[in-house]
Amino acid sequence: MRFITEFRRSDLAEGLITQIRHRSQTPARFMEFCGGHTVTIFRYGIRQVLPATIEMVSGPGCPICVTANADLDKAIALAQIPEAITATFGDMLKVPGSHTSLQELKADGADVRMVYSTSDALNMAEENPTKSVVLLGIGFETTAPTVAASILQAADKRISNYYVLSLHKLCPPVIRAILDAGEVRLHGLICPGHVSTIIGSHPWEFIARDYGIPCVVSGFEPLDILQCVAMLVAQVEEGRSEVEIAYRRGVRPEGNQEALRIMERVFEPGPATWRGIGEVPDSGLKIRTEYQHFDAELAFDINPGPPSQPEGCICGDILRGVKTPVDCRLFGKACTPQYPVGPCMVSSEGSCAAYYNYGEGL
Amino acid sequence: MCLAIPALIKSIEDKEAEAEIGGISRRISLWLTPEAEVGDYVLVHTGYAINVLDQEEAAETLRLLEEIAELGGEEG
Repeated sequence: MRFITEFRRSDLAEGLITQIRHRSQTPARFMEFCGGHTVTIFRYGIRQVLPATIEMVSGPGCPICVTANADLDKAIALAQIPEAITATFGDMLKVPGSHTSLQELKADGADVRMVYSTSDALNMAEENPTKSVVLLGIGFETTAPTVAASILQAADKRISNYYVLSLHKLCPPVIRAILDAGEVRLHGLICPGHVSTIIGSHPWEFIARDYGIPCVVSGFEPLDILQCVAMLVAQVEEGRSEVEIAYRRGVRPEGNQEALRIMERVFEPGPATWRGIGEVPDSGLKIRTEYQHFDAELAFDINPGPPSQPEGCICGDILRGVKTPVDCRLFGKACTPQYPVGPCMVSSEGSCAAYYNYGEGL
Repeated sequence: MCLAIPALIKSIEDKEAEAEIGGISRRISLWLTPEAEVGDYVLVHTGYAINVLDQEEAAETLRLLEEIAELGGEEG
């Protein structure tokens, strides 16, 4: 496939690995924010080819993993409304909330449907005019504009049975929160590629400027990650901290202005609660008053009750980069992809699932 | 979750396009990329094109990586 296979060439990977090994002298800890990057790093064994000077830690960049139980419980409560269809992206089905999961509800007869596209949910509303269709709006800046566009399309077509539970989250504010907490010391940040496709590279500049941490935006193929690490190593060795883009085919410094405009038309920033991190100001997206008739939280009277956390699960610490899955006593024993206790084992992009699937720490 | 896949635009009708993704034809939305044209490669996320891939930048990146490989990782 074009733009994929050529970025997996092993001869070019060897060149980058050699360069990284030559140049890296100073011990450095790099965080890959994004769960998609975590998967590439594990799938291609990138940790194993890096020199001992470089330590990689995973960050909170998995939208499903960072969704707090209180929010999951809202989604689960919405799915229990009679005559409602819940539309959701795949991985959400198995995530355990405080008491049950969407998958268990589905097995008991609730109408929960997996969608691949935001438009599928909208089409579902058009095809089922007597039912309410609720899209679980989970995702970062990459996904939020597609959900915003679906709301604008619904408004255009006067579709009145389409609703969104907006649990979207914004990445730059949470990175600030993690850095301010000071629990994990970083020497470089691998910035998320497709989030940056939308927001551009400018929103990361505060990290390089205020925290002195080199930032490089990466794509998702193995050469992208290696090039990104080589650029971070160069910054570390040269004593620079700047924002650079390794994924130039997919990211422009200014981002996608049209997508940002659509996102801002429908949503406004608001506080959001992140698993393991807590409430972070302006890190969520709330549906604006003009479009509030699409807001599932306002349209339906739901009261999921107080949330509870699974005992022994350390997903929160893992998401902050403070602990790794092998530090968890449940990992690979009570908690596996088949019977997950915490969300980091459910989502294919979660750190625990990556460790488990690629046999690390087992 | 933020997965986006390259797709080749075959035809455009209003804000929708017929696109080829790894040999399979799919209908995608161009709401977020009104500038997209037939023959462009776009990144598709949840059924929406989220940007037009920059083919020149892709070629330039590969040229740079080839240079690094030829120099045995010494420069670049």
